[in-house]
Amino acid sequence: MNDTCLAELSGVHKRYGSTVALDGLDLEVGRRELMAVLGPNGAGKTTAISLLLGLQQPDAGTARLFGRPPKDLAARRRAGVMMQEASLAPELRVREQVDLVASYYPAPLDVDDVLEKTHIAALAKRPYGKLSGGQKRQVQLAMALVGRPQILFLDEPTVGLDLQARELVWSTLRGLVDQGASIVLTTHYLEEAEALADRVAVLGKGRLIASGSVSDVRALVERQQITCLTSLAAEEVAAWPGVEEASRDQRGLHVTTRQAEDVARRLLAADPGLTRLEVRRAGLAEAFAELTQEKAS
Amino acid sequence: MNATTSTSLLSAEPVRSSELPARRLVRAYLTEARYETVRMLRAPGFALPFLGMPILLYLLFAVLIAGEAARADQLTAKFFFTGFSVFGVVGPAMFGFGMNVAAERTQGLLQLKRALPMPMAAYLLAKVLMALLFAAIIMASLIAAGLSLGHLTLTTGQIARVATTGILGAVPFCAMGLLIGAWATGRSAPAFVNLVYIPMLHLSGLFYPLPKSLQAMAPAWPTFHLHQLALSAAGVDSWGEDLTHVAVLAGVAVLFTLIALRRLERVG
Repeated sequence: MNDTCLAELSGVHKRYGSTVALDGLDLEVGRRELMAVLGPNGAGKTTAISLLLGLQQPDAGTARLFGRPPKDLAARRRAGVMMQEASLAPELRVREQVDLVASYYPAPLDVDDVLEKTHIAALAKRPYGKLSGGQKRQVQLAMALVGRPQILFLDEPTVGLDLQARELVWSTLRGLVDQGASIVLTTHYLEEAEALADRVAVLGKGRLIASGSVSDVRALVERQQITCLTSLAAEEVAAWPGVEEASRDQRGLHVTTRQAEDVARRLLAADPGLTRLEVRRAGLAEAFAELTQEKAS
Repeated sequence: MNATTSTSLLSAEPVRSSELPARRLVRAYLTEARYETVRMLRAPGFALPFLGMPILLYLLFAVLIAGEAARADQLTAKFFFTGFSVFGVVGPAMFGFGMNVAAERTQGLLQLKRALPMPMAAYLLAKVLMALLFAAIIMASLIAAGLSLGHLTLTTGQIARVATTGILGAVPFCAMGLLIGAWATGRSAPAFVNLVYIPMLHLSGLFYPLPKSLQAMAPAWPTFHLHQLALSAAGVDSWGEDLTHVAVLAGVAVLFTLIALRRLERVG
């Protein structure tokens, strides 16, 4: 660990009973970095964040926050948190929720300022239990910010937000990074990562399967699937340039490629009797699942 | 929203120290306790039955039904009074901790607070203070009812001792509730608390003299020790030494808290 690394997982293993949640994960978050942790459900994103916050202990490997075990209060006093499933006391008002969290930090921001800047000043006196799902997320963001953290952990921060609210959150987060904060956010949405992240880490089955800029990762997952009825053999097509995988079932031949146009042209040329040609983009979830299977096998 | 509004969200100078100055630590404890109280006041559904039941049952049994016996015999009056006092203070301590901690664990609130730099002791202390506040209100209502309607005679010193015993006596039962809350889910916690609470009240001889066969087992229950302390505070010859009872109750408080904390800090 060097002093530009704020949070770090190294060689971390974690299992719940017979389910492997993390399988030798290495992850580093640097200064002024917005890192998006992407991956399908069950990939280990929330577990990774839980370990960095000291909510759970790794079975093997180490988790460090500001060079200390994350269980240390002193380490967590420099971090802000927004969790995925937190039902806060419904009786407390919005301002009171933020005030309570502010009391845990050495030099918090003024509570009313934070409400103003996260656009929820109008909700200050409303009981938390009476808010909509999106408003609750905005309150949780205010709670994550009030302690003036150097690093923010946001687990699915924009789930349930409408477009406008999501834009506001994004612009708040960008402003924070400009100011020198680091942010780790987990998300299902590649577009969210694209809008915000300097770096993307893709998790699958508890491992880091890809890491790099958004365009690197997009290239990894931008595959297309061609399906058609043809007399061509799967083995033959699999050997063509640009074809990553070819298989056959009762619906016909399935070809996975990143160069759909070239491959389709060649298919049509090679088999004039080819019918029911279909080309579709693999969805993100599918692409992740596919990536995961490849890397894990 | 524009860039200028978000710029001031961070401090101009980065926060160097991550220690909490003593003044702010005290504030964290007070804030936690204040909001715990506010929550209770705004959701009186839990508070009212626990505050009302001891006094109602005391009036029913010790005044309406057995008032004559209490008038004829000060020992009976004190037995009723101390029994209902223990019953009164134990309930909110065990249920308050057991149900609330279990619910807050299950719903993710405790997890969020553990991820935030909340001192765990502030969380527990806020809830203990809540239980002590309940105990104080219950003791005050029972003492008032006992002296005015329950044919109870206590000196000022005895009143002070009985009240202190009842209020501080809630602490080990907070620890028992905490231990249950650290394992049970929000839905199962009331059942698990009842499973301990109801047999404990009856088997420790709070309300009626136990048959000989069960008497020997009574000291196994913490409520028995609190009852003996309350009897002694009210000027009745009790079983065993006060110091032994205090030691047993303190032991329960410390041991159960440590076991529960171990789990809460690791698993949540």
